[in-house]
Amino acid sequence: MKNLKFLLAGIFFGIIMFKSEAASWYRIQEMFRFQDFHMYGIIGLAVGLGVPMVWWIKKKEVKDFTGAPIVFQPKAWSIWRYLIGGTIFGLGWALSGACPGPIVVNIGAGYGGYVVVLASAVLGTFVYGFLRDKLPH
Amino acid sequence: MELIMQPWPWYVSGALIALIMFIMLYFGKSFGFSSNLRTLCTMCGADKFAPFFQFDWQTQSWNLMFLIGSGIGGYLAMNFLSPEGYTVAISDATISDLAALGFDSPEGFVPASQFSWEALSNINNLWILIAGGFMVGFGARYAGGCTSGHAISGLSDLQPASLLAVVGFFIGGLAMTHFLFPLIY
Repeated sequence: MKNLKFLLAGIFFGIIMFKSEAASWYRIQEMFRFQDFHMYGIIGLAVGLGVPMVWWIKKKEVKDFTGAPIVFQPKAWSIWRYLIGGTIFGLGWALSGACPGPIVVNIGAGYGGYVVVLASAVLGTFVYGFLRDKLPH
Repeated sequence: MELIMQPWPWYVSGALIALIMFIMLYFGKSFGFSSNLRTLCTMCGADKFAPFFQFDWQTQSWNLMFLIGSGIGGYLAMNFLSPEGYTVAISDATISDLAALGFDSPEGFVPASQFSWEALSNINNLWILIAGGFMVGFGARYAGGCTSGHAISGLSDLQPASLLAVVGFFIGGLAMTHFLFPLIY
């Protein structure tokens, strides 16, 4: 099954999100109160390693496992969609204590409340898609 | 094994997240979780309501597998890779801030008063879960990505748009935590 490797990558990701406590509501509260370095260390190091990694992939034209070049899609610049969309996302992130990945990780961990959070996130995505043409981007 | 059972320090976790990003790039995909929410909409028939959802969702089945995997990962970590009576050890300052809002001392991975199955019977709490999830889903698609797509993948590619999105994440998160939490709780 060609998608098995993505399932395994997802399992690895889920374990990392749990064991790092990045999926914990408590850690998200601590982060938004600037009361511990933990979350900043995680995100900062991931990006600190990610920047030279992406630079190296581009410079060496590293190929993926099929031999195709690894391409990065630049994100079209605008103000409103990132600022407003990002702010709405941040409000939800702090209120539910989880971004999309960790929502699913928490469901796996047995916290049923996140089933409602996930269903509502799907609904929120639907409403965005429905209103898309009317929103400033 | 002893080391795995303990919470992982930030420098292990951060490095492993970068590794996940590399693995996904090597697999020919980009690391972005919230696209799955759009795929789930399409699978539920949202393509009949808006052109945004008109695409072949099977092209995203790899990402859905990643989503299912992360749930399995959460299950395995909670049940087999954590010590008995595990509680997230946050700072004393956060514990006292949360106590002032009426939260009990931390117990487990997230507050059971809010996220356990039993807590779903509390109507006020249910609204908090619905509102939080809605804003995560709406905001992530509006901003074109979530923490993985913007804060990790986008910033690693030095995308200005992702930096602005992350600034937005923090404006929203700080406003919720410092201004709205005292009104909600």
